[in-house]
Amino acid sequence: MLEIDKLEKILVGLKRVVDYNVRVRVKADASGVETDGVKMSINPFDEIALEEALRIKERGEADEVVVVSMGRTECQQQLRTGLAMGADRAILVESDDEIDSLTGAKILLALVEREHPGLVILGKQAIDNDNNQTGQMLAALWDRPQATFASELTISGDSATVTREVDVGLETIEIDLPAVVTADLRLNEPRYVKLPDIMKAKKKPLDIVPLADLSVAPAPRLTSVEYTAPEQRQKGVIVDDVAGLVAALKEKGLA
Amino acid sequence: MSNILVIAEHDTGTLNPSVAKTVACAASIQDAKITIAVFVNGDDSIALQAAKLNAVDNVLQINNAANEHALAAVIAPQVASIASRYSHVFGPSTTFGKDLMPRIAALLNVNQISDVMEAIDSHKFRRPIYAGNAILTVEAQPDSIVIATVRTASYQAVDSDNTAPVEVQSSDADIPSHTRFVELKAGKSDRPDLQSASKVVSGGRALASAENFDIIYSLADTMGAGVGASRAAVDAGYVPNEMQVGQTGKIIAPDLYVAIGISGAIQHLTGIKDAGTIVAINKDEEAPIFEVADIGLVGDLFKIVPELEQALK
Ligand SMILES: Cc1cc2nc3c(=O)[nH]c(=O)nc-3n(C[C@H](O)[C@H](O)[C@H](O)COP(=O)(O)OP(=O)(O)OC[C@H]3O[C@@H](n4cnc5c(N)ncnc54)[C@H](O)[C@@H]3O)c2cc1C
Repeated sequence: MLEIDKLEKILVGLKRVVDYNVRVRVKADASGVETDGVKMSINPFDEIALEEALRIKERGEADEVVVVSMGRTECQQQLRTGLAMGADRAILVESDDEIDSLTGAKILLALVEREHPGLVILGKQAIDNDNNQTGQMLAALWDRPQATFASELTISGDSATVTREVDVGLETIEIDLPAVVTADLRLNEPRYVKLPDIMKAKKKPLDIVPLADLSVAPAPRLTSVEYTAPEQRQKGVIVDDVAGLVAALKEKGLA
Repeated sequence: MSNILVIAEHDTGTLNPSVAKTVACAASIQDAKITIAVFVNGDDSIALQAAKLNAVDNVLQINNAANEHALAAVIAPQVASIASRYSHVFGPSTTFGKDLMPRIAALLNVNQISDVMEAIDSHKFRRPIYAGNAILTVEAQPDSIVIATVRTASYQAVDSDNTAPVEVQSSDADIPSHTRFVELKAGKSDRPDLQSASKVVSGGRALASAENFDIIYSLADTMGAGVGASRAAVDAGYVPNEMQVGQTGKIIAPDLYVAIGISGAIQHLTGIKDAGTIVAINKDEEAPIFEVADIGLVGDLFKIVPELEQALK
């Protein structure tokens, strides 16, 4: 591959979310979900996004991987984990306000205009709000291609071929770079962080940019009116054997 | 009055069943006037199918050579260019709608409401978050356009005995060429479609190989059921990705769901919350799937499944 074709930079978004193993509970006053003392982690899809960026760099197809998070100062923990995984540097866009998907996309666009990445990889959705929007929105605002739900990504010069997991199977598209790719579960399996890497990550640069410095234009917000617990399914009966199962199904008119 | 534009999903000449469910959500809003937009490259048959859906007032067929393949980057600017005539734009919460709708929302400078499970009024909606572990009521600003995807498992398809008028136009939106379709590998199956089947049999990691999964297919065929799987079964390569049920796979609502060798992780359960009856077959009586199963049977699936198939023949 020609040196000129190499991507200078890949930008990866890391969102701090409640760990996927936590059984989330709604607060009694319906104002949100309980996050006090709850384990927080990198959104699993974002971890996959970062792993992909690192593999591209390790194949010699990119020079630098920059991880970005948006939110409170605590997001530095997730950025440090990203640095320990192998990212070169980190940027936290700090804000105490909740950042909705469109604002998130606008912030990422502001960083894209500063950093000029050849590729932005995000997770396909965050497992807190399950929105599945930010990557598509960034691509729209940037007026660049999007390849969502990626399970395979190949870079060749100034374009990329992406296989996407869609409802009927697998779709392959070709996109010009720069572009936005969002990671699905089967894109790769993220590496584990080793202790020496955590030590090394402490010395890597982590920039903190106050949100106000980015002059991001506001958009109409959605109001979160209330959070409620879902209807619970009731525990049913345990049958002893296949005959019991068939009888129970017949009783419900299902066999 | 709400003027609702519904974006039609279609593939190889057929309107996707998710459209009739998206229309059902739109029709649940008071005084809704519903328009379906069909983006095609000259094929008139999709618009005719859309015009049959009850509650639809009219169908807009938008022709453009670029519409040969449903690419978000191609369709979004065409929707954005006509959106000012509408108060709402809805799409199904399928991979088509999830890909497309946020791109439209950003072009219109609004946030999207994802996975609507209930419209409380024209601007207030309920939707699941945290893999369905919480339900959020969210309200859009009264003067801004509402862009939403509809959680199809929450709605019954509208019937099809309508004859709404069809208007054909061509689009003059600026369409980019930076995104190109290469190919689609669709799983071929004669079995009932996972998303609309009234019965679904799913297998998990416990099946341990692609060959062993045959006992799941065989049971499903005896029952006339569609076939699904857990993420673990897909990741291990026993079955293709389109069979995954759950938070990041398909959200389904069959009358009967049979989970075989599936532990019942929250990410899997979120895909079957609306199932009528859940049956679980698992050798571990402590498996969380039994917390939600209406009928449970504890034991070795390799013994139970063939026996069950025999009994149901
Ligand atoms: C971000 C994220 C998204 C995810 N999205 C999804 C999703 O969409 N869908 C999904 O399914 N998962 C999803 N997962 C994965 C999920 O957390 C679980 O890992 C997965 O569902 C487990 O699959 P399983 O039940 O087949 O396997 P396991 O959890 O390993 O369970 C196997 C079960 O089989 C039983 N068993 C073993 N042998 C036998 C036997 N001979 N007879 C009877 N029973 C037997 C065991 O007792 C066990 O309960 C997601 C995870 C993450 C982090």
